[in-house]
Amino acid sequence: MDGLKPVPFKTSVRIAMNNRRDFLKTAATGAVILGSQSKLGLAAMLEQPGQHAAGSSKVVVARDPQLHGPDGQLDEKRVQALLDRAIHSYTGIERPTDAWKHLIPAGKTIGLKVNGLGGKGISSHLALVLAICERLQQAGVKPGNIVVWDRNARDLEACGLTINTDPGKIRVFGSDVSGFEDQQSSFGSARIKLSKILTHECDMVIGVPILKDHSGAGVTFAMKNMYGVIDRPQDLHAGGCNPGVADLNCIPTIREKVRFTIGDAMTSVCNGGPGFHPEHLWQPNALIVGEDRVAVDHTAWQVIEKQRAAKGLPTLEAAGRPPRYITTAADAAHLLGTNDPNRIHLLEV
Amino acid sequence: MRVNLKPWIVIAAFAVLVAGGVGCKKKVANPFPDSNAVAGWQKTSDTRTFAAKDLWQYIDGDAEQYISAGVVSTSTSDYKYQGQLEAVIDVYTMGDTVGAKKILETGQSSDAKPMQIGDAGIAYAQSIIFRKGPSLVRIVSYESTPTSAQALQALAHGVEAKL
Repeated sequence: MDGLKPVPFKTSVRIAMNNRRDFLKTAATGAVILGSQSKLGLAAMLEQPGQHAAGSSKVVVARDPQLHGPDGQLDEKRVQALLDRAIHSYTGIERPTDAWKHLIPAGKTIGLKVNGLGGKGISSHLALVLAICERLQQAGVKPGNIVVWDRNARDLEACGLTINTDPGKIRVFGSDVSGFEDQQSSFGSARIKLSKILTHECDMVIGVPILKDHSGAGVTFAMKNMYGVIDRPQDLHAGGCNPGVADLNCIPTIREKVRFTIGDAMTSVCNGGPGFHPEHLWQPNALIVGEDRVAVDHTAWQVIEKQRAAKGLPTLEAAGRPPRYITTAADAAHLLGTNDPNRIHLLEV
Repeated sequence: MRVNLKPWIVIAAFAVLVAGGVGCKKKVANPFPDSNAVAGWQKTSDTRTFAAKDLWQYIDGDAEQYISAGVVSTSTSDYKYQGQLEAVIDVYTMGDTVGAKKILETGQSSDAKPMQIGDAGIAYAQSIIFRKGPSLVRIVSYESTPTSAQALQALAHGVEAKL
């Protein structure tokens, strides 16, 4: 995969982007529609009959029971096929290149916000990142216009990635390289500084979180992954990260740019997270995909609960840590999406 | 009389300070075995240490439970066994033994097996958690092999000996 080969580390980061000015201009004139169902690259798809039941948010859970072999090892060759099946089911478009062209805006820089905080054993899988990068390039995104990023080099290396800032290749670096905005952004309880990777580098971000139990928040997936794009995430952990997660996702730049989730539920921890606790590890062998981050998180929560029940663990509610931020994110003050099962068009394939 | 006692008070205070200093030294003693100090194990990274206020940088939301249990600092280092099995050692220095006990007893699953190590310990297929005094040690391997359980136990005893 071009750009993900080991290359010498360069300290100079490409901050200027050809398309950034155009995007900001578009956003400033109001042409970018905000809200839980943002519609820049997804407009055509969302308007196709049959893609979404009326007023509902589509979430696809794609599974492959053979994704992990009997030895517990991930069969990386099957990941691309699983991703294609998930995107096909979400878009209704069979040919992967065409499906991806519907998902992403043309000529823009696409960020993949992975999650490597849990360390090597419970981080976004490299095979999935590679599969997404492959399809992005086939859909016309130049390698240098793909940025795979997280908090820092250590987190990225936990995902199996190698740091690269060469603009001719897929770029891989963290906020430890880019730094954070000097100016604070705020919404509700969230008063934060955003990573310059989000503000300067990316036009659109696809969240690639890994599904985990979380000792404070209950569940960490699509929305909680945004704690990795700010300078002081520890300030938002009070009250089980509620309303911190919901408030953070309402920061306009996050709300506008983080438009899609390809959630890694190939491996997960159902208890003891967000760190790596092998005793609570299991393989859902799934990807959870969707545009509505609240619906995606609600769906992911149910996956965790099902496994907890199977293991004889109490529900997250009984354990004293239900992911209340999901309800908050759906309320009238946030309107980030829906957590109403009747309004989630769940497609399990 | 009072004047005559003053030197003794000063000496006693000095003795307390010296003893305290020794105690402090023991607290920050390096608990991480050097490469090959435990047969087959190589230390593959520098030790990173996080004060309680910075623990989120290492374990994000997990930090809360350690902070509420009185963690003072956390140190971590990576290891590799016979060039293959990767593991990480975390040493949480708590304010007291109560904090270490609280963490050890939290979140145990039904397949936890008691292990004779330190003041108390448990073992899983890929991890060992034990406490000794105010220290709580967590050793985790990234995969399970036929020899991993035994290798982890040896590494755990190597850490215990240095605490």
